Amino acid sequence: MTSDMATKTPVTPRRSVVETGKRALWRGVRRWESALVVVLIGALIFGSSERPNFLSPMNFFYTGLNMGEIAIMALPLTLIIMTGEIDLSVASMLGLSGTVMGVLFSNGWPIWLAMAAALVVGALGGTLNGVLVAKVGLPSIAVTIGTLTLFRGIAVILLAPRTITGFPLSLTKIGVVPIQGTQLAYSTAIFLVMAVVAGVVLHATPLGRALVAIGLQPEAAQFAGIRVNRIKIWLYVVSGVVCAFAGILLTLKNSSVSYDAGTGLELNVVAIVLFGGVSIFGGRGTVIGVVLAVAIVGALQQALTQMNVQPEVQNIVIGVLLLISVVIPNSGEAIRRIRDRARRHASTPSPRNSPNA
Amino acid sequence: MSVITAPAPAPTDRPVSRLESLLRARELGIALAIIVVFGLTTLNNHAFAHAASIQQLLNGAALIALLGVGETLVIVTRNVDLSVGSVVGLSAYIIGDLFKHNHDMSVVLGFVIAIAVGAAIGAINGLVTTVARVPSLVVTLAMLYIVRGFDGVIVNGKTIDPDSIPTAFTAVGYRTLFGIPWLAIIVAVVVAAVGYAMRSFRSSRDLYAIGSNPDAAELAGIPAGRRVFTAFLISGALAGLAGALFLALHAQIDVSGGSGYELTVVAAVVVGGVAIFGGSGTVLGAALGAVLLNTINQALVASKVSSFWNGAIAGGLLLAAIAFDRWLSLRVARSLQSAEGAHRDL
Repeated sequence: MTSDMATKTPVTPRRSVVETGKRALWRGVRRWESALVVVLIGALIFGSSERPNFLSPMNFFYTGLNMGEIAIMALPLTLIIMTGEIDLSVASMLGLSGTVMGVLFSNGWPIWLAMAAALVVGALGGTLNGVLVAKVGLPSIAVTIGTLTLFRGIAVILLAPRTITGFPLSLTKIGVVPIQGTQLAYSTAIFLVMAVVAGVVLHATPLGRALVAIGLQPEAAQFAGIRVNRIKIWLYVVSGVVCAFAGILLTLKNSSVSYDAGTGLELNVVAIVLFGGVSIFGGRGTVIGVVLAVAIVGALQQALTQMNVQPEVQNIVIGVLLLISVVIPNSGEAIRRIRDRARRHASTPSPRNSPNA
Repeated sequence: MSVITAPAPAPTDRPVSRLESLLRARELGIALAIIVVFGLTTLNNHAFAHAASIQQLLNGAALIALLGVGETLVIVTRNVDLSVGSVVGLSAYIIGDLFKHNHDMSVVLGFVIAIAVGAAIGAINGLVTTVARVPSLVVTLAMLYIVRGFDGVIVNGKTIDPDSIPTAFTAVGYRTLFGIPWLAIIVAVVVAAVGYAMRSFRSSRDLYAIGSNPDAAELAGIPAGRRVFTAFLISGALAGLAGALFLALHAQIDVSGGSGYELTVVAAVVVGGVAIFGGSGTVLGAALGAVLLNTINQALVASKVSSFWNGAIAGGLLLAAIAFDRWLSLRVARSLQSAEGAHRDL
């Protein structure tokens, strides 16, 4: 995955020359992505020094397998956060979709039909989110905490306390073997294809520019003729369907599903997107950054797990990375501000007793 | 949801009557909802109104209500604190571990340490958010992981069991005064004290100003950084207190204590009428929101509706609550435009 990333990164700076107006912005983004590449290399070196076989194809396969669903859910969330909204219901939708698929399958539905039904549920759930956010005008953080509880609640009604197993082996093999002839897990391959699609949409289409515009200044975007509400609704629908798809993958991978599949993953997904350099206020971020963030978190988790570090303790690494990812880009400005303030205090006391917002 | 709509200066001489402002208060609506749910459930199952059942109801809501108070202070300033669940877990485990090794440590000291742990984490949240000017959602999300990870290092797979905790401490979790659980009394005192401060103190009103319009607040000379820092500090301290109460209530703690509380607390606060984008809402509303959510949960159990329905109904209710809030604020904005220029929090 590393070489792939290294070849892709220079795309961003080249674009920055074209978009002269946004040059400063792009330069900042570029710098963050270079930092991510450095961190990724560091993580790989760290892993290899701890475990000699760290860079083995087998390890790559398992890392991809572990990160697959989170990584896939991070892509539509990236687009949503780009517009300044958020979707916290992703992991509940993953659980609900797996549940729907499992329940229908255990009731004798053909597996393909059960999977299609799960995707429809994803679309419906996404529509609910989108309509409440864009049409009714409710804050997305509140709406999606509501649907987080709602979707999981429906999964509980449908399935708890059972666990459904016995999915066809021809499909559950995606959790055991890589794609024939490669060391790529199916979910990794799907993620990479989807990442390319998301990257092209965000960085090379009018729709992508519209997403950035909505994130930077929703009203201006509206006046510029961008159909803000319609785009937002569709983003949530896409998020619902993609998360439902991730639920199908997880169910097949585990070859079983229970109502609590993926509980609590929503904040992991948000953390990865933000660590990838996407601004929580919208309008800034790249898909490459998110892909790099996925790779870094995956590599670190794999390394720490092989070193027998408990999962709870691994949280420290993710948390510190996330904190650094927002503090470092802001630190220069913060230091300048503090110095200004000290200088002003030293000379004349300003009428505004604190410049700190 | 936040009522930033500037009301048109329509001249009026009609003062807002006491009754009218009471009826408009969001808290009354939630209180009525609690009474309706409680009444209907009691009609169905008389045992629901028994003392033991009500005590269970209050105990169940107490921790979320307490966390809701701190969360309200933070959300009112247009920030959010997602680290509270991890703080509950860490502070509870730290004092549990201390009790285990010094069985005669005083109960008060236990509470003080828990609050101090929470306050320290709140101070980090506040410092990073205000000094580096970083979005609090990201900072506190990072702290959620860091604190839980730190908790994992300390816990190291162990569990503190009831034998390790002095009975004088666990008594706080089960004793009652005139039939009211101590836990509920402690939380009620906090709600009353912070609620009074939020109504009456100038520094607390600053929080609303910051949340309504951060730029305007700064221009008006409000020390916004200091105020936001204080809000995070208090939220952390209250989360530490909630950790101590968690340990007193459950009498045991492992690495998972309090995990997932953060979103429940935000949900309760939003149901309680606190605008997620800041500027309006009361701690009483937030506490009542926690009580309402818990009353519904317990009512489902008492009505012999399978507890499996809890989540779906709670989620539906939350969506209904924010939709209702939106409708209410639009209505109030309209009526303010036509009637009076007075601006109040809703």
